[in-house]
Amino acid sequence: MKSLITLQVNGETQEVLAPVHKTLLEVLREELGLTGTKHGCELGECGTCTVLIDGTPALSCLTLAVEAQGREITTVEGLADGPAAHPLQTAFAELGASQCGYCSPGMLMAASALLRHNASPSREEITGWLAGNLCRCTGYLKIIEAVELAAARMRRAGAPAQRTPNAAQAAR
Amino acid sequence: MNAHDGAGSHARFIGRDWTKVDGAAKARGEARYADDLALPRMLYGKLLRSSVAHGIIKRVDVGPALRLPGVHAVITAADFAPVRFGIMPSSQDEEPLCKERVRYVGDPVAAVAAADEETAERACNAIEVEYEPLPAIMSIDEALAETTARIQDYGDGPLPNVHKNVALEFGDLERAFSQADHVREDLFFFQGNTHLPMEQHSAVARYEPDRRITLWSSTQTPHYVHRALAKVLGMPMDRIRVIATPVGGGFGGKSDPFSHEICAVRLAQLTGRPVKITLTREEVFLAHRGRHPALMWLRTGVRRDGTITGSQIRVLLDGGAYGSYGIATTYYTGALQTTTYKIPAYKVESGRLWTNKPPCGPKRGHGTPQPRFALEAQLDKLAEDLGIDPVTLRLKNLTEPFTRTVNHLRITSNGLRECLEGVAEASEFRRKWRHLPFGQGVGIAVSSYLCGAGLPIYWNDLPHSAAQMRADRGGVTLQCGAIDIGQGSDSVLAGVAAEVLGLNPDEIKLVTADTDLTPVDLGSYSSRVTFMAGNAAFEAASKLCDFLLTAVSRHLEVSRALLVMGDHRIYDRENPECGVSFAEAVTLAEAQFGTLVTAGGYKPPALAGPFKGSGVGVSPAYSFSACVAQVSVDPGIGAVRVERIWIAHDIGRCINRTLVLGQVEGGVYMALGEVLMEEQVFRKNLHKIPSMLEYKSPTFLEMPPVETILVETHDPEGPFGAKEVGQGPLLPVIPAVANAVYDAIGVRFDEIPITPDKVIAALERKAGDRPVRVGPKQFPSFEFRAAIKVDPPDGWERPWWTPTGADAAGYAEASRAIQPPPRAPRPAAGRSEPRGRPQMR
Repeated sequence: MKSLITLQVNGETQEVLAPVHKTLLEVLREELGLTGTKHGCELGECGTCTVLIDGTPALSCLTLAVEAQGREITTVEGLADGPAAHPLQTAFAELGASQCGYCSPGMLMAASALLRHNASPSREEITGWLAGNLCRCTGYLKIIEAVELAAARMRRAGAPAQRTPNAAQAAR
Repeated sequence: MNAHDGAGSHARFIGRDWTKVDGAAKARGEARYADDLALPRMLYGKLLRSSVAHGIIKRVDVGPALRLPGVHAVITAADFAPVRFGIMPSSQDEEPLCKERVRYVGDPVAAVAAADEETAERACNAIEVEYEPLPAIMSIDEALAETTARIQDYGDGPLPNVHKNVALEFGDLERAFSQADHVREDLFFFQGNTHLPMEQHSAVARYEPDRRITLWSSTQTPHYVHRALAKVLGMPMDRIRVIATPVGGGFGGKSDPFSHEICAVRLAQLTGRPVKITLTREEVFLAHRGRHPALMWLRTGVRRDGTITGSQIRVLLDGGAYGSYGIATTYYTGALQTTTYKIPAYKVESGRLWTNKPPCGPKRGHGTPQPRFALEAQLDKLAEDLGIDPVTLRLKNLTEPFTRTVNHLRITSNGLRECLEGVAEASEFRRKWRHLPFGQGVGIAVSSYLCGAGLPIYWNDLPHSAAQMRADRGGVTLQCGAIDIGQGSDSVLAGVAAEVLGLNPDEIKLVTADTDLTPVDLGSYSSRVTFMAGNAAFEAASKLCDFLLTAVSRHLEVSRALLVMGDHRIYDRENPECGVSFAEAVTLAEAQFGTLVTAGGYKPPALAGPFKGSGVGVSPAYSFSACVAQVSVDPGIGAVRVERIWIAHDIGRCINRTLVLGQVEGGVYMALGEVLMEEQVFRKNLHKIPSMLEYKSPTFLEMPPVETILVETHDPEGPFGAKEVGQGPLLPVIPAVANAVYDAIGVRFDEIPITPDKVIAALERKAGDRPVRVGPKQFPSFEFRAAIKVDPPDGWERPWWTPTGADAAGYAEASRAIQPPPRAPRPAAGRSEPRGRPQMR
């Protein structure tokens, strides 16, 4: 039996008619077309489906959509400010922190929560915070560097994100 | 060698760090993977898989499933013509759905299309299947013990469950060992493991109104999927379109055509509606095609000074229930030992066995990590036996640039010496080795890998990769069948084209991996894309350059030889003010020559030797790597912690340095998983740990710092001198860690993974300083086939090409890399060889 589920997603109110046993992951991807959130196991093991619920990372595959009613849900689609990428997204792209890119949305959401409450995390804090998110491509190092780079840029309050190595592209 | 910057002084992108072209889309969650696709009226499919490891299918009743509301179709083997498929032409042993027999727990038996996933799952559960169980063969020993029952109805024998049985002997082995002052024989076991891509395989099929088929799939090899679909469905290839979606991690695991792809298409045909099948995580473990468990016996002879006189390896591979790439794997376990060391006589005997487990296939390094582990661990022992340090022992035997190996492999650029010396120095290996306190140690190893298989998987005389380029008022579009699996294939195509044309990579619009729109590229496997698709893109872009330069030369009335392809501009080098923009040049050329479309292709030179089996191992170039691992072992809990990795890689030339470093780090990471924790293991015929929680893989917390040294050797045949990096850097890490563990605690791990339970058990056995060994105790008696004896190539150990004249400054001078556009005018048809390019003699 389907129920009307009202969700606040990326600042918008969404109404969905779905069975109450549907996970937040399923509702986001299949009902709301927010396919930026990925899945790797659907058992809460890999961290790929991480979204923010009231600013805290949550595994959308283990969260029922009905549980998330009345709370603020943020997905990777809501991380950017319109066309302007979040500094984490810029850093991930620049440093090659996304290879296949499949774990990136979950990584980004988890990392954004970290940076929200800790503007200058140490390397240990980053690895500890992200340890529940698996990545099979990068060996994690570029992800750590990207989080550090984004944090540094965000600390320079108001300073626009600067592009690093690619002088030729930046010059365009 | 790396002092040569080649095109560095001219290059705008090659050799530098730049943002990968798909980086922004991936970081914004906007890359569309197969499971992200949702088509109108789409149905959800699911496979019913065998619950027994080996059995005869007595009865399948789909009636109860069909009667469920929301179920649109249920198919079994009866819905397909009796045609088998498989990746290798000589092991066509897979059925889309099993007809008479199932061969492992997970073998697909039926498939369902329903209105939603839950209904599809309920329908699968409602299908009644009755099996007559057969004895299951679950290990190498059981496969050898079985004298009558067969898993497959074909194979090389002499036993019923032997898939491949190959033996090759190069040079005079007997003489080689008689010349040795010291000979070692050791046994090794490499446990199987799986790719564990983050993305579960997914396929979406659509039956088009004109009865054509479109399949979107997370595949590394759209061309081979295309061929398999045509064969199984009995349709011409032009009626089928395969589009590879961005692959969310492959590592070899998405290189075979799969049942779920074929079933999605069949269900779409039968229902007239799109059908999506996405595997569950457990199914991904069952789809597998991962690392073969390998039992190895290795014998190597050395002189007192450490010079290798000969080497011999015997391998038994646990292949699982189907062929997959196993024929190639069987040969690969013997093929690449010789590319790092001068081995004057070499023999390989390798057998692949059928077992009732998910089929093994190619995982990063394909068949070579296992024997490389054995060889590098044995060299560590030989060094100790001889009282020589392991760096010196290796330096004594390294292969040289532009030589051949005893087994007829042609080596071109070779920076192995620089790699080995580089990591030894950076890690202070000689100072640390045997000098760190108990519980800490260092280990070293080297390796080598292909830059693309020299031969295609099915025999044909066509380019291995092709690219097509169009330029007009809308910009430049490059079409190529290559598929980005995260390795940066798209960025290689764009970077190469941009460098040639004086544009930026993000200005090259890419159309990739769509069999309707793109010329064939064989796929993202065997580390072939940078080398082959890169060369194809280079040629297509160079031909476009020719048009532009000719047109601008006429327009400006400046000799073509004086024109420079600069940054978005073509101009007179003697009078830089005199020039036109790139866009103007395109307009001028289109007005003069008509629509600007060019094509490029790449086919490796004919490299195979004069014997059966010589097609595996040949490659237009080889990458080389060396690694030092520093570990600490906690004797209390048995945990091996990798403190730091130093790795050097001969990349030829970086197309994009950021991405090269990323591949190196990713390779290191995957190797650490294999050597310390990952195991694809079975209990009571079932996969023991088919979940991401229990199949242990390294997290952020286990990943050590990695110091990467890139050695650039400017391969004369690679695009801008580039070679591979996707697979090679995994190889030396595994033995380097095993050797480091020995240095730390005096326990020889001749089997991997080196898990805490094994460490604790070994330390308990260890009394005093006496070394302890963990590993297989015996190699089963098995009748390998009589070896094909092959003479080494004439003068194999001498260089087949020596830089001369203008090239004397180094063979890098022969590279295309130092020839920035404009290029010398050349005939419109055919392809001229770059100046000084070495020819195979």
